[in-house]
Amino acid sequence: MNNLVKIDKLCFQRDNRFIFNDVDIAIPSGKITAIMGPSGSGKTTLLRLIGGQLLPASGTVTVFDKQVHSLNRKQLYTLRKRMGMLFQSGGLFTHLNVFENVAFPLREHTKLTNAMIRSLVLMKLEMVGLRGARHLMPSELSGGMARRVALARAIALDPDLIMYDEPFSGQDPISMGVLVKLIRTLNDALGLTSVIVSHDVQETLSIADYVYIIGDGKLIGHGTARSISADISEQLKQFIHGLPDGPVPFHYPANKLQQDLIGEQPV
Amino acid sequence: MMDHVATIGRLGLLALREYGKAGLLLARVVFYPPNLRKGVPLVIQQIYAEGVLSLLIIIVSSLFIGMVVALQGYHTLAKFGASQELGPLVALSVTRELGPVVTAILFAGRAGSAVAAEIGLMKATEQLSSMEMMAVDPLKRVIAPRLWGGFISMPLLTLIFNAVAIYGSYLVGVKWLALDAGTFWSNMQSSVDFRLDVINGIYKSIVFGLVVIWIAVYQGYKSAPTSAGIASATTRAVVYSSLAVLSLDFVLTAMMIGEW
Repeated sequence: MNNLVKIDKLCFQRDNRFIFNDVDIAIPSGKITAIMGPSGSGKTTLLRLIGGQLLPASGTVTVFDKQVHSLNRKQLYTLRKRMGMLFQSGGLFTHLNVFENVAFPLREHTKLTNAMIRSLVLMKLEMVGLRGARHLMPSELSGGMARRVALARAIALDPDLIMYDEPFSGQDPISMGVLVKLIRTLNDALGLTSVIVSHDVQETLSIADYVYIIGDGKLIGHGTARSISADISEQLKQFIHGLPDGPVPFHYPANKLQQDLIGEQPV
Repeated sequence: MMDHVATIGRLGLLALREYGKAGLLLARVVFYPPNLRKGVPLVIQQIYAEGVLSLLIIIVSSLFIGMVVALQGYHTLAKFGASQELGPLVALSVTRELGPVVTAILFAGRAGSAVAAEIGLMKATEQLSSMEMMAVDPLKRVIAPRLWGGFISMPLLTLIFNAVAIYGSYLVGVKWLALDAGTFWSNMQSSVDFRLDVINGIYKSIVFGLVVIWIAVYQGYKSAPTSAGIASATTRAVVYSSLAVLSLDFVLTAMMIGEW
């Protein structure tokens, strides 16, 4: 099985703190790979590293057999045309309506006629079920709809790789179900390779073919959805089952309570 | 003691780094122009957003400023029996100083703040990031049109300011205080030099326009991607550009009068 994205010995630092320390991840083509971890564990950062928006301290990221961080701007932009990314907030252009948002990448990168663009946009919107909403402005959409429009825009150029940044966070059960189904269907129907970054355990495990879990800048586990659920290591168990206390402590590091209450030091 | 020195040094380095980044931004916009077919409509759209939409505030302010200068000038000049010199007084103050400076400050308040807030918002809502991931350079698509739009709009707004302010002073001086219209206009014509007064004022406005819009786009582009970040970017855009305009005005005036 060939890997579309390969991450080797990746290290990334921010403000002298390691976000990633020696992380290896391989993302097989044609599958849905999930990357999970607690908030602040750098999941979004990882997507930005794959997309070449951030520079690693060391290690390599290889996408479509090209080392992302050794490319010049032009080559990087050529590479990005083959990637789609769904941002957490959707990232829709607020001054354009739904139709123009989806048409944007087509207008920028192709010389298609208006009629052709119209057909393509309507087809993409049909896939996410929002053909009828094409005249609405982003401010008139619900959160779930905005994310579906952003999804239509991300697949407008028919990319080979699509990355989802927290697709399920802040969604009601219905739109959550819609998104889960869409991600799976799009992946299989269009032959995409999908990367999902999320901390919604149940939804993510239900569609992921392979799962990586990161914490404290390191990989703490990986495997198929089933083997991850059955894993007995303390770190994984706490994360998968949402236990309040465990290797990630409930209390922020502090002095003993008695000491703090009796002590005379201010604050 | 050494700590204080080190702090000053660190602040200095930070400031220099900011100037460097702002300079790089400007250089990339100027030296990598977008292609004509896509760039021109975007720039025209921005001339509308920054220039045309600033017209109302520019026209109203300039009308009142012209009227006030005429009223004040008339009473002072009348003490020396020189009230027929009202035309030159108004025309010279407006074309040389008030026109470019006040237009630039109003422009910073109207267009500069709007541009900084808009870019800051696009950053906070991940619109710029998603543009980058769609392989569209935000510098070309978002920053450059706004910069060129402001650069083109400012001198035109200044010309309109000048004309309306002089018309306002005509209303007060001639229509209200009953100066002779012929004297008013002919004295103005004979003492205002087109190159020295009007064109020098336009040079100033070109410099101010570039500085104001450059500060605005840079503050928006580097703002923290949060609501607080947008608010402080907007404030900083207006404050910094007003300060820059007033201090640059002194330098430019010194150069023009001292004939450097």
